[in-house]
Amino acid sequence: MTKAIESIGIAKTFGPVKALENISFSVNESEIFGFIGPDGSGKTTLFRIITTLLLPDEGIMKVLGMNSTTDYKELRKNIGYMPGRFSLYQDLSVEENLNFYATVFGTTVKENYELISDIYSHIEPFKKRLAGKLSGGMKQKLALSCALIHKPRLLVLDEPTTGVDAVSRSEFWDLLGKLRQHNITIIVSTPYMDEAIRCDRVALIQNGKILSIDTPQKIREGFSRKLFTVKSAEKYKLIKTLRNNSDIMTAFPFGDSIHITLLNDKSVNSLSDYLRGKGITDAVISEAEPGIEDRFLELMEKGSTA
Amino acid sequence: MSDKVIYVKNLVKKFGNFTANDNLSFEVYAGEIFGFLGANGAGKTTAIRILSGLSKPTSGEVNIAGFDAYRETEKIKKNIGYMCQKFSLYEDLTVRENIILYGGIYGMTKSLIRERLSELLAKLRFQEYENRMISALPLGLRQKLAFSVAVLHEPKIVFLDEPTGGVDPITRRQFWESIYETASRGITVFVTTHYMDEAEYCDRISIMNEGKIVALDTPEKLKKQYDADSIEEVFIKIARP
Repeated sequence: MTKAIESIGIAKTFGPVKALENISFSVNESEIFGFIGPDGSGKTTLFRIITTLLLPDEGIMKVLGMNSTTDYKELRKNIGYMPGRFSLYQDLSVEENLNFYATVFGTTVKENYELISDIYSHIEPFKKRLAGKLSGGMKQKLALSCALIHKPRLLVLDEPTTGVDAVSRSEFWDLLGKLRQHNITIIVSTPYMDEAIRCDRVALIQNGKILSIDTPQKIREGFSRKLFTVKSAEKYKLIKTLRNNSDIMTAFPFGDSIHITLLNDKSVNSLSDYLRGKGITDAVISEAEPGIEDRFLELMEKGSTA
Repeated sequence: MSDKVIYVKNLVKKFGNFTANDNLSFEVYAGEIFGFLGANGAGKTTAIRILSGLSKPTSGEVNIAGFDAYRETEKIKKNIGYMCQKFSLYEDLTVRENIILYGGIYGMTKSLIRERLSELLAKLRFQEYENRMISALPLGLRQKLAFSVAVLHEPKIVFLDEPTGGVDPITRRQFWESIYETASRGITVFVTTHYMDEAEYCDRISIMNEGKIVALDTPEKLKKQYDADSIEEVFIKIARP
């Protein structure tokens, strides 16, 4: 299979901060590939190297078969980039922004309209409105239209869904799914673990290092222990009481329950009695399927003890 | 639970012809973690400005921490705390200076501020950071401190605006544990967020749409009612019927 991106041993340092260390991965053509990690994990630095906007200190970044350091002029024609901060011209209208980006890349809106019609149709009724006056969800759709208007082979989206409400987020991921039919490779970053399942493959990234790369399903399956959820009305008491039990290895709050693992995967049979003895009578314990976030936590813990 | 710290009955807020809050009614209790959800433009910000004494209702009854939202806004402000993810602490002041500054703003006495300062530094194991600038602290520590500062004056209610967006999963869980700890001391935690997985941590949540509260219950009951696996699914069913 042809690779859209091949990163070999990429490193980047800013003063004392190692932003990226030995980053190696590859992205297949037409894949939706996600980088999942918290703020400050290195996602934006990596994307800036991929988009030729920053030079790596070490390593080779091959994008669409070209070297991002030496072939940047040719490469830029083939990349659509949506940075994390809204970067369109706020004092131009929706339509003017789109025309401007088309012109910069030597094309017209008409020529590639088919590619953006699904997305742009949502904001076309407001095409005379200044970009600065759009709502968050509409800004996001305009930025995506502008990033696509020159029909790039690679689309790079840096935290496109941060600060956007759940409905717009879900619509946005639906739109990315539809772009697949146009053979566009998409790399996308997000701090939100729940978005991982929308990607074909994801890389979990933390402190400039990749913790794991795989399909969302395989990453979940990588969780190495038995996972249980414990529920009780008194969450704070529950978590403190669980931590005082020497059989408990980890206990983390997860939404309406506490996720726990036990040392040597011991049985949870005696746990209800223990909790009852400590005055927690309503505890419900059940075995659970680990999610991406459970695995991320496990990998982070391993990283900190290694 | 009987102790109501937020009481809202038929709250209406209009801007000209536009009704931003359309007949809201709800109650929040002492020590409860309450999630206040809604899409962009649903009217959340308008409601929170009223709940925190920054804006007055057009009509309806609103009582916050025992004070009336028409006549006693200054008293309301003294009895609440506020933290948002984007800005809470002054980056070019040290940890110590921020605590002293906020204590002063809340009208606390010097001796009380000193007492809380040392308590807080010990509790957060922050002694080594006391004289460090906020800008030099990692994001996770900043957030912990910001939350502690928001409850420095032991308010009845603390408002949190998207408290854990963008932080790593471990920091996020530590943060929720401190929210649980705060609530267990009887302080009400009022959380607004776009992120539905944050909502799952709350005792009860409300969902706003076009100025109205369209759902209000525990996350578990709402999931049952809407036949959904997650609050995200509930939200989408409500906002995109």
